[in-house]
Amino acid sequence: MQLEQQLRNKRKGKDILLMTHIVLGYPSFDANREVIRQMVDNGVDCIEMQIPFSEPMADGPVILKANQDSLAAGTKVEDCLAFGAEMAETYDIPFLYMTYYNIIFKYGEEPFFQRAAESGIQGFIIPDLPPEMGESFLALADRYQVAPILIFAPTSTNERMRELAGYGRGFIYCAARRGVTGKKSEFGQDFNDYLNRCREATTLPLAVGFGIQSREDIEVLKGKADMAVIGSRTIRLVDSEGPEAVGPFIAGLR
Amino acid sequence: MDKKGFFGNWGGAYIPEVLYQTFQELQKEYDRCRQDPAFWEEYLTLMSTYSCRPTPLTHAENLSNYFGGAQIYIKREDLNHTGAHKANNVMGQGLLVKRMGKKRVIAETGAGQHGMATATMAAKFGLECTIYMGEEDVLRQRPNVFWMEKMGATVIPVKDGSRTLKDAINEAFRDWVTNVDDTHYVFGTACGPAPFPEMVSWFQSIIGIEAAEQIMKYHGKMPAKVYACVGGGSNAMGIFKRFLEEKDVELVGVEAGGHGADSGAHAIRLNGGDASPGVAQGYKTMFLQDEDGQMKHTHSVAAGLDYVGVSPILSDLWEKKQVRFESATDDEVMKALDLTMKKEGIIPALESSHAFAGAFREVANLSADDAIIINQSGRGDKDIFTIAHAFADPSWKKFIIDRGKEYSAQ
Repeated sequence: MQLEQQLRNKRKGKDILLMTHIVLGYPSFDANREVIRQMVDNGVDCIEMQIPFSEPMADGPVILKANQDSLAAGTKVEDCLAFGAEMAETYDIPFLYMTYYNIIFKYGEEPFFQRAAESGIQGFIIPDLPPEMGESFLALADRYQVAPILIFAPTSTNERMRELAGYGRGFIYCAARRGVTGKKSEFGQDFNDYLNRCREATTLPLAVGFGIQSREDIEVLKGKADMAVIGSRTIRLVDSEGPEAVGPFIAGLR
Repeated sequence: MDKKGFFGNWGGAYIPEVLYQTFQELQKEYDRCRQDPAFWEEYLTLMSTYSCRPTPLTHAENLSNYFGGAQIYIKREDLNHTGAHKANNVMGQGLLVKRMGKKRVIAETGAGQHGMATATMAAKFGLECTIYMGEEDVLRQRPNVFWMEKMGATVIPVKDGSRTLKDAINEAFRDWVTNVDDTHYVFGTACGPAPFPEMVSWFQSIIGIEAAEQIMKYHGKMPAKVYACVGGGSNAMGIFKRFLEEKDVELVGVEAGGHGADSGAHAIRLNGGDASPGVAQGYKTMFLQDEDGQMKHTHSVAAGLDYVGVSPILSDLWEKKQVRFESATDDEVMKALDLTMKKEGIIPALESSHAFAGAFREVANLSADDAIIINQSGRGDKDIFTIAHAFADPSWKKFIIDRGKEYSAQ
């Protein structure tokens, strides 16, 4: 079943969906396994797995460090793809890959899509690949039925949002603010206006990420977005309290 | 450049969505400037009154006689204000910033020359300024950090990754996506997302335009060869651009050979077998990366050449065989620098000394009627700590120890 429909089905029973994020190989694949188990057990609806890259330009300090530490520990793209396939096989929720374009470019676009599709991966989030640069990527996404997740930013004009929505599948990832991942976002009137603009530009489900850290943040998003994205927050939690702290944290979010 | 920012197979604009609108505005303003002859006039006036343009073309007679081949001419970008070609690009972008009405500029810097030039421009134009510099480069280029801070800039040492130029670029991008509304990123070299490679090359093209005129005046004909060092590639593009129109002039780019092409410790992207096509820092080019696409560590005695990528325009010219690429090792570079100081009383930067080393290898094969031009992209006195250390100069060492004692006693 396609990603958009899966999310819509899940959404019928919930006020808001929850997507979480992990950096593969950080602090280790064993820890990733445990964290994902706790996330799924506590009702996470979708998980993005970041394949680490040495130059993660759109990420803030927490995810940047996780990328670097994972690579320093010897994580290879092959390890990530094997792990991704294992997770998609084990759990009945959609899994996505998040990474930077060079990882896919270097692997070969078509082999990468083929491998991901065979593994049951449902979508890709590639923050440094605007549709203008992704002609062949988007064609392959269509052929292999892996959803290309497009990103809206507060700086996107209405016209640009409509253009992006035309290429997007699955859902739209709305960056809550300017900047990189991991810093607190403010959810004032500007934010509401922005989400209204997002809503008007597309019929795809809307996910909101960047700086979502607590139950209060998620409460604010109910009725305005379809899915909340928790990123750096769980990485910090694993750093400070270990993988076992993830379950209770997730359970307390909704 | 095509409509999507490519030069042949290279370039493009691989940018996060949050920057899309800013790049649209930048491209529009840049196009306007390109079509407005008054803009270039304003630029020339600024460069001739605030900086020392045109910079001289020096006939290096002693070096020419020493090698006994072609006449060696040196294009003196070291005499540009702030001591390097970097000011050409920065002052041009400064005029753009004024037109776009932005209040703050940020920049990355490797050797510190681009940071210096940006801090200078910001002081002159009344802009707020933040400079990102790899921690390793902060240590290597302490005097430049001192001057940047004195001119009012905030210098932020970058502690991530290899703590050099590429990491400073990533950090500058992170600042830009956060403060995009009022901030312009003064990209320092002919790399990054379009329109930067072309725009930076356009501002730098003033070097070659002057050099072509000067060589005709002094030598009566075009040079046989033109040499430039290649880090990101802005000084090379600057001097090459005009000579690309002259089909009999051979253009030679000299990359950082570090400890040698087989050592794994170098920054050879085009003249060796270690690099491969990739996409990072917003553009597609030849990168030094592993089989997974992770960027490798690079090494050069010259901080300004210590970089994983190279201008997409140069990758295109390399692929089309319009520019020949060579490399020079750290050792060859120190020798070339030493010789140039002794014979001509000129101190090229360690970066520029790569171009000298590349030229010295070949110059004896040409006849005395021929001329070559070496682009001296910057001055070497900024490298005093590195150069003195590399020469293991005893009296300098004593001076530093004594001064250190003096400070620690306070």
